[in-house]
Amino acid sequence: MPSMNMIQALNSALDAKMAEDPNVLSFGEDAGYFGGVFRVTDQLQQKYGLTRSFDAPIAEGGIAAAGIGMAVYGLRPVIEMQFADYIYPAYDQIVSEAAKIRYRSGGEFTVPITIRSPYGGGIFGGQTHSQSPESLFTHIAGLKVVIPSNPYDAKGLLIASIEDDDPVVFFEPKRLYNGPFDGWHDRPVSPWAGHPLADVPEGRYAEPLGKARLMREGADVTLLAYGTMVWVSLAAAEHAGVDAEVIDLRTLVPLDIDAIVESVKKTGRCVIVHEAPRTSGFGAELSALVQEHCFHHLEAPIERVTGWDTPYPHAFEWEYFPGPKRVAEAIKRAMEG
Amino acid sequence: MKKNRTPLSLRVPEPVCRPGDKPDFSSIDVGQAGAVARPDVTATPASMRDMAFQLIRVLDDEGRAQGPWDPKLTPDQLRKGLTDMILVRTFDDRMHRAHRQGKTSFYMKCTGEEAIACAQGQVFSREDMGFPTYRQQGLLISRGYPLAAMMNQIYSNAADPIKGRQLPIMYSDKAYGFFTISGNLGTQYPQAVGWAMASAYKGDDKIAAAWIGDGATAEGDFHNALTFAAVYRAPVVLNIVNNQWAISSFMGIAGGLETTFASKAIGYGLPSLRVDGNDFLAVWAATEWAAERARSNLGATVIELFTYRAAQHSTSDDPSRYRPGDEYDHWPLGDPIQRLKQHLIALGEWDEERHAAAEKDAVEQVRAAGKEAEAIGTIGQSRPSVKTMFEDVYKEPDWRLIRQRQEVGV
Repeated sequence: MPSMNMIQALNSALDAKMAEDPNVLSFGEDAGYFGGVFRVTDQLQQKYGLTRSFDAPIAEGGIAAAGIGMAVYGLRPVIEMQFADYIYPAYDQIVSEAAKIRYRSGGEFTVPITIRSPYGGGIFGGQTHSQSPESLFTHIAGLKVVIPSNPYDAKGLLIASIEDDDPVVFFEPKRLYNGPFDGWHDRPVSPWAGHPLADVPEGRYAEPLGKARLMREGADVTLLAYGTMVWVSLAAAEHAGVDAEVIDLRTLVPLDIDAIVESVKKTGRCVIVHEAPRTSGFGAELSALVQEHCFHHLEAPIERVTGWDTPYPHAFEWEYFPGPKRVAEAIKRAMEG
Repeated sequence: MKKNRTPLSLRVPEPVCRPGDKPDFSSIDVGQAGAVARPDVTATPASMRDMAFQLIRVLDDEGRAQGPWDPKLTPDQLRKGLTDMILVRTFDDRMHRAHRQGKTSFYMKCTGEEAIACAQGQVFSREDMGFPTYRQQGLLISRGYPLAAMMNQIYSNAADPIKGRQLPIMYSDKAYGFFTISGNLGTQYPQAVGWAMASAYKGDDKIAAAWIGDGATAEGDFHNALTFAAVYRAPVVLNIVNNQWAISSFMGIAGGLETTFASKAIGYGLPSLRVDGNDFLAVWAATEWAAERARSNLGATVIELFTYRAAQHSTSDDPSRYRPGDEYDHWPLGDPIQRLKQHLIALGEWDEERHAAAEKDAVEQVRAAGKEAEAIGTIGQSRPSVKTMFEDVYKEPDWRLIRQRQEVGV
């Protein structure tokens, strides 16, 4: 089985779908001939032709709207927002239109679009290349939100998203494109090569939306994370020397509530980790759900480790970014609580 | 830096007339019927830029069809256009009254603009996809859409085709080439371009059409639509219905004093036509030109349909607070129904008796539909099952929707 990094796995997903379904096409800023600034759409134009993978004007609202129109027609467009930080001009089209068209038309018009976007911090991208805006989309009825943490899932979840009949916002943690970044920014970086989750089959396979992945089985505390924070949480568990259970949520909507509840009922403790700012972040929703479903099993207050309620700071990235030390401290508090 | 300059001052555009003023449209040059040349459908956009500053008119003041844009419709086509427009106006009047009677929460008329959707509904086929605003009810009515179904939507009753989910008049019907209306203005414009791109991508023969008001041309979506339409040569007809008013804001607030709305297309390299929107024949001919161009794979055309919003914006609006009450009586391009009626009479294909009979027939049709819809129920008397509230959010509901529906107990 070929070993792929996350970029290659995403590219392989697009390749697999474009090969089998002529209604799948891809476009975005620099996403055509050049293959995207992160190379996710590399060689697709050369392989499938100009109209299947092409460059778009720098107009995110226009890209989203054109994709919506195509999806309404019956295609399965995969559009790229060059950075999640650039998605806001498309927000009205995604939130008021893509998300609502099935409902407001009584089920007659549908929007099977996939909105891909490189996302998250840890790459010295500063304010406009580091944000994690997932909660702006999880709050919207009618959208699905997917955030993979490894090459195998990235491919399987992207294929499932393309095949899904509803609009999917697909965030790609760019810090994970080349390796399972554990948050120790001052230590050598490990690449995906040789990692079991970098063994990516050729061809089509789908990972179901709404199913979490158990990354580490443990008895003492449940760590809920997604994207880059999955690897930070694993590193933090090791750093804290605690037998933690680490759950990679993989899709925030639909959410695998059963996996969360089962784990927290077992451990009685819960630490939630995400990069996005704390206030109204997805961790608030997770915290509320755990409290609603597991209150009588909780032995300590629920902990949240998140980005701060500041804009993403360039020079203070590693103070902002929830690293293994901060997560380990939260684990310890949860264990003592 | 020179010190003796006049201080800067901010300009905020104002309309010529406000309530109490005598209506004055002397600044509008409507030209002459038949005076504007008709370029070949294959003309380059650069060669026809002057079209954006002229007004295509076919019907003259005596009701005669003039010049190269005469679409040469048959008497049957003309009579259908006239009776469709009468039916739209009758329906509007009835539903406006229904609001006053408490039968619905909201209504929007298209009085004075009937020629636009009634003509274009015939030029485009229902296999094409229309991305309308809330003032193109004529598309549905001219295609024979059941009036009772429209009323069921307006009443949000148990038979509402879109299950009570939208504000009245936000119709949706795929089979009639009528895309679900959005209350967020302008969003449909670039979506229509995407739909047209998909049709071209598939090698299909269908085209898209979109409508937007003069006010919403200021939205980014308008400019995104023109950029994408030009870049990808999308087979779409982009209509701007310039009815002079966006609720209380005159067209100058959208930039209409600086240039014509049609001329916005020039900067994008798109062909543009500016048309008397109250002239059924001119609307038909210009639309036919643009549709033919799109079907020939020559891409998009922008059409400014120059008209006047005779009624209030909606039942929530009172135009007497911001414009002269009798402004429409002075509109230099008249009333679309009267003008087509005059034309048919001049041709010897219509008379006052037939007109009166057509009006009576429209009232009867609307009355019958009203009876049918009201038997199901007006607003509050009847509505879809509450459990449908949780349907169609996604193709399949996730656990949240299932549990929340249980919480409601339905």
